[in-house]
Amino acid sequence: MSGAADEPILQTGHLLGIDALSVPEIESLLTLAERYVALNRAPEKKQNVLRGRTLINLFFESSTRTQSSFELAGKRLGADVLNMAVKNSSVSKGETLIDTATTLNAMRPDILVVRHQDSGAAELLSRKVDCCVVNAGDGAHEHPTQALLDALTIKRRRGSFEGLLVAICGDIAHSRVARSNIHLLSKMGARVRLIAPRTLLPADADRLGVEISTDMRKGLEGVDIVMMLRLQLERMGGAFIPSAREYFHFYGLDREKLNCAKPGALVMHPGPMNRGVEIDSDIADDVEVSLIREQVEMGLAIRMAVLDALARGLPREGRNAA
Amino acid sequence: MSSKRIALRNARLIDPESGLDARGGLLIENGRIADVGPRLFNDADPSDPEVIDCGGLVLAPGLIDMRVSTGEPGSEYRETLESASNAAAAGGVTTMVVMPNTDPVIDEPSLVDFIKRRAAATARVRVVPMAALTQGLCGDVMTEIGLLREAGAVAFTDPDRTIASARVMRRCLAYAGTFNALVVGHAEDPELSGNAAMNEGEFATRLGIPAAPAMAETIIVERDIRLVELTGARYHFGQISCSAALEAIKAAKARGLPITCGVSAHHLTLNELDVGAYFTFRKVKPPLRSEADRNAMVEGVAAGDIDVIVSSHDPQAADTKRQPFAQAAFGVVGLETLLPAALTVYHNGRASLLDVLRTMTIAPAQLLGLDGGALRKGSPADLVLFDPDASFKVAADRLHSRARNTPFEERRFEGRVKMTFVGGEKVFG
Repeated sequence: MSGAADEPILQTGHLLGIDALSVPEIESLLTLAERYVALNRAPEKKQNVLRGRTLINLFFESSTRTQSSFELAGKRLGADVLNMAVKNSSVSKGETLIDTATTLNAMRPDILVVRHQDSGAAELLSRKVDCCVVNAGDGAHEHPTQALLDALTIKRRRGSFEGLLVAICGDIAHSRVARSNIHLLSKMGARVRLIAPRTLLPADADRLGVEISTDMRKGLEGVDIVMMLRLQLERMGGAFIPSAREYFHFYGLDREKLNCAKPGALVMHPGPMNRGVEIDSDIADDVEVSLIREQVEMGLAIRMAVLDALARGLPREGRNAA
Repeated sequence: MSSKRIALRNARLIDPESGLDARGGLLIENGRIADVGPRLFNDADPSDPEVIDCGGLVLAPGLIDMRVSTGEPGSEYRETLESASNAAAAGGVTTMVVMPNTDPVIDEPSLVDFIKRRAAATARVRVVPMAALTQGLCGDVMTEIGLLREAGAVAFTDPDRTIASARVMRRCLAYAGTFNALVVGHAEDPELSGNAAMNEGEFATRLGIPAAPAMAETIIVERDIRLVELTGARYHFGQISCSAALEAIKAAKARGLPITCGVSAHHLTLNELDVGAYFTFRKVKPPLRSEADRNAMVEGVAAGDIDVIVSSHDPQAADTKRQPFAQAAFGVVGLETLLPAALTVYHNGRASLLDVLRTMTIAPAQLLGLDGGALRKGSPADLVLFDPDASFKVAADRLHSRARNTPFEERRFEGRVKMTFVGGEKVFG
């Protein structure tokens, strides 16, 4: 990219979560991502920012869209991208996370993108490897690039976060997306309201600086942006909620409930969607209100911006010199 | 509902909601209470087509019995909604709150609708259903509390089972709290009570009957109080029977927790010694306790610490009761003896008529969100007219219930129902 390509953006050499980011860091990432949105829409997309660098995608949980988004982001920036197939690796033969990290570190990658089912896994890895670590989702802790892409989507539509009321609806308790979004939106000056049955609200959620509602119709009043969360199938069997049909009746976003929000309210979903469980197809497919496809596009731009930002902190002569 | 006018004059009006206890009259119009008060019909005789002189007897809101089992659906030979409603009408009970432990279990919105429609077609009194708290009363998977509530379930209970897992109970309470739904719990630790048939103590030892300590109740009461503290759900103990459980509930109420409790009429009037010579008609769940516990229950009603008196009406056929004690079914019929059994607390000088009647009228109405339980202008004309002092002897063969398993056979009570009105219609008397 031209212009400010060398200015450092991130204070640390990793992106582990939103909680640790400052407002200027977030703003810089969003500004940089804007430029990648434009680039991705141009016919020639290849960049040299990561030329000669190696990016490893290490996904302990299966993911299609996040992994391919990071893969494409790395390739467009010129990196060599390796997708570690964890299922066929020594991990499934009982290797510990730290042993895996040590092994990968010996291959001298520049950026490690990791998703893990346990909270804190990315943090642990970052202390054991010499390269940059990007958290692509750890347990119920954080998913920073998701929150950043959501922020970019909102910013492009609404210009600013100041004074916006954003509702995050659904399985807050088990959601890393919710936690990252709560941090980011609060930092940027938006109000956040969580909407869920009590079984899907984490303990002391009100201490996170958010509003809480257990009634979706009331909770949506005055809301500018409705963020729906995916309900994991294993939560529907009666342990947290009694059934998918009851969930949809009270917490699924349909036209009638959306009408309780502010006129012109926009709908987001991190995907993949459970149609008829947390969202009605009528809403999901309505291009007037649904930003869901736009979120995917912003996801790629954000991940390119994050990789670019991290690359700025990498040693110039390559890691082998060290 | 009747569109006709009925004037009730010369009554002793007792309304626990307003605290009224005075001579006066009441006017029924279009199935509702059109007027009521101490001066009504005192001076001038009413000009209405139908006038009933109450002869100074007590006219009170019809009773709401918060704990009734019938056999419908599934074991209609024990009792149907219709036969239970006949017993209810004879007992001054104008609303039966029916339990979901039928076959099939009421754990599904269409079954709530079934109960309502069957009751509307066959029952002489109002019937409001509770739904199961867990699917199939399995104690594991919560029911569709939101949809069941919209279908008309007034509360959620696994009627005679304790949910053994604190984790499941916590989630049920948290989820119910989402809808501000009332959970009605049964307190009896299933591991500790095992296959017990009566209260643990000297008498059970002498009889050689498997028994469980009252502590099995107290442990669950204390556990559930803590879970309410954690979740904030509205919680009602369906029936408690021992002093220690009551003390725990009193302390929880004093801390401002949304907890209430009920007691069965037989736990106010009988103790473990009444099991006598293996009398299976006095085998109940929770079991009849010690005299000290019974006395604590009476004191709890008198002090207002126990919110509700219920019949725990549970009809059983002879085949399940004419068994060795340990094998016999639990349960007693009680709709027709609820009022006189509860009135023993009044006749023994422990509580006023107002306080005793409160536990069977406005208290359950408020807990369940029912429109009634009071002598209030505009309320449904659900009324009971009774003579609090008339004495009678209980005779099983004169009961209106299809089942005969009363624990009070040959017992002399004071308090006879003269007339019962539901929605302005006379259904008994």
